[in-house]
Amino acid sequence: MFELLGVPPQALLGQLLLGLINGAFYALLSLGLAVIFGLMNVINFTHGAQYMMGAFAAWMLLNYAGVPYWPALVLAPLIVGATGIVLERLLISRLYHLDHLYGLLLTFGLALIIEGLFRQQFGASGLPYDNPIPGGQNLGFMFLPWYRGWVVVFSFVVCMITWYVIEKTKLGSYLRAATERPDLVQAFGINVPRMITLTYGAGVALAALAGVLAAPIYTVNPTMGANLIIVVFAVVVIGGMGSIMGSIVTGFGVGVVEGLTKVFYPEASNTVIFVIMAIVLMVRPQGLFGTPR
Amino acid sequence: MRLTSVLMAGLLSSLAATTAMSANFTDGVIKIGVLNDQSGTYSDLSGQGSVWAAKKAVEDYCKANKCDEKIEVVFADHQNKPDVGSSIARRWYDVDGVDVIVDVPTSSVAFAVSDITKEKNKVFLDSGAGASELTGKKCSPNFIHWTYDTWALANGTGSAIVKEGGKTWFFITADYAFGKALERDTAAAVKKLGGKVLGDVRHPFPAQDFSSFLLQAQGSGAKIIGLANAGADTINAIKQAAEFGIVQGGQNLAGLLVFLTDIHALGLKTAQGLLLTTAWYWDTSDANRAFAKEFAAANKGNYPTMVQAGVYSAVTHYLKAVHALGSDADGAKIVAKMKEMPTDDKLFGKGTIRPDGRKIHDMLLVEVKKPSESKGAWDYYKIRTKIPAAEAFRPMSEGGCPLVNKS
Repeated sequence: MFELLGVPPQALLGQLLLGLINGAFYALLSLGLAVIFGLMNVINFTHGAQYMMGAFAAWMLLNYAGVPYWPALVLAPLIVGATGIVLERLLISRLYHLDHLYGLLLTFGLALIIEGLFRQQFGASGLPYDNPIPGGQNLGFMFLPWYRGWVVVFSFVVCMITWYVIEKTKLGSYLRAATERPDLVQAFGINVPRMITLTYGAGVALAALAGVLAAPIYTVNPTMGANLIIVVFAVVVIGGMGSIMGSIVTGFGVGVVEGLTKVFYPEASNTVIFVIMAIVLMVRPQGLFGTPR
Repeated sequence: MRLTSVLMAGLLSSLAATTAMSANFTDGVIKIGVLNDQSGTYSDLSGQGSVWAAKKAVEDYCKANKCDEKIEVVFADHQNKPDVGSSIARRWYDVDGVDVIVDVPTSSVAFAVSDITKEKNKVFLDSGAGASELTGKKCSPNFIHWTYDTWALANGTGSAIVKEGGKTWFFITADYAFGKALERDTAAAVKKLGGKVLGDVRHPFPAQDFSSFLLQAQGSGAKIIGLANAGADTINAIKQAAEFGIVQGGQNLAGLLVFLTDIHALGLKTAQGLLLTTAWYWDTSDANRAFAKEFAAANKGNYPTMVQAGVYSAVTHYLKAVHALGSDADGAKIVAKMKEMPTDDKLFGKGTIRPDGRKIHDMLLVEVKKPSESKGAWDYYKIRTKIPAAEAFRPMSEGGCPLVNKS
């Protein structure tokens, strides 16, 4: 059997598939960021905390109200999205006329506060959440848990729907127009502030959805988002700030590259994304799919 | 600013008045500083629970013995950072009149605090940190390592599993000093008993996704997958191993540093069958159960970990030694006295402290219960074997502690 750099091709195939699954999380999270940045020009550093809130919402629904995973997959994003709407109305909306930096500082501070509150309430070590579809299928080259398969398919579908809504529908065209010329769009009788608020809520709901998907496989603890958000920001920068398709493609792509790194030089698997980011920034500062602003 | 407010909040007044000052206590007060993680990964296994344990030890001691002097317990958050930990330790010793520092999880912080304690001739009783070097090459006449260390965990879990037939190992190791030390100590224990290490993989710290590493472990065909990591990394690895059917596939996991709070975070359904070594478990005697009940009532229903129980035990023994000496001024002298006196408290029972600063007691090899075997929350361990104190810790001759070579 031929081997590639000492790694049998079957093992390689397995790692590629795993990379794709991780990429699904990156794609889903960076998609929410891209929607919020692309349509609102807000760099949402609370995204990681909102991802965490999604996982905790699923846990709370299960343990306080007896709501299992499947309904929680719908309910948790709605609940967390609603908190996002409140946040946008109360705080973030007051910063639109200022520089990006203020939004960044506000959302970063909010993330720290939210994480602190959850830690105070639930402790630092985390909470258990059972896998709703245990078991899996032996594919010959690897064992594929059903749940991972579900995550990758579902994330891909959600990504595509989001892309379609924003790029191909009338609603999406309103949104994009409102970003460019809010005054003109408003003149046509469209309530722009409400649309922006709902957009933020939708972006937050995407983060929460990723959180619910993560609950059965990653530890549900208050810092779960803080660890991931940095990687996701790198994904957004590589894909091009605000580019919807860019963040989807880059999310899956980066997952695959990371997966391969874990085979050949595992120690570097956390760094490789940032190396790619540095190279992209040097060669194409607007990102792979971005347009210069 | 945070430190001062924390100090204010942590003040605990004593039971007795300070009139009869026959003994020589610095500023008339014995001040115990609990230095640990109050907000991060280790805050559940040490944190406020350790502060409560220290206060409880003072209360129990003064109930049984007469305390003429004032005893205070203060605490601070070292955030798992050596620089933060050292500056608090210096301040405590120089400005605030702290006589003894206890707990201090995170080995890198423990090393820094141990150096400062020696320089200031105070006392440092560590319960939370793991590195076995603390009583090896880095040992100090002002230091006692109370609860556990990497050698004891590696030896306890590693040997037990090899003896039961788990002869081939693959390690998933956190890529930093602690993880490598844990892997090295375990691999040595495995090889000593005729086991074999088939491979290892170093994961970045912290890591979120372990599926790739687990797949490599699966591919190695090793019977045992050793997890040389801690906290959220271990939880993630165990959770995902269950997902990938590692155990159904005939391989077993060995957690090399797992605390009771980690099992609580995993849930029994995921954690069942895991073998691990612990210095203390709440459900082993009436005294321990009573302590755990009281602890839970004061700590949001959480049960005490071995680290928190160790703080109780260490503070108790410290107070005994200080009273026997009638002074808390000379740190090295107190530690010498503590080593001379046999230890005895309601949680850890009888034990001794070796010249290299290692506190010696039995360790427990436990198996995590199946959900059906558990009577409720926090009923998690089945005791498999008791590892006698004499075998549980690294022999003094192998540690390379300069204090031992002198004698």
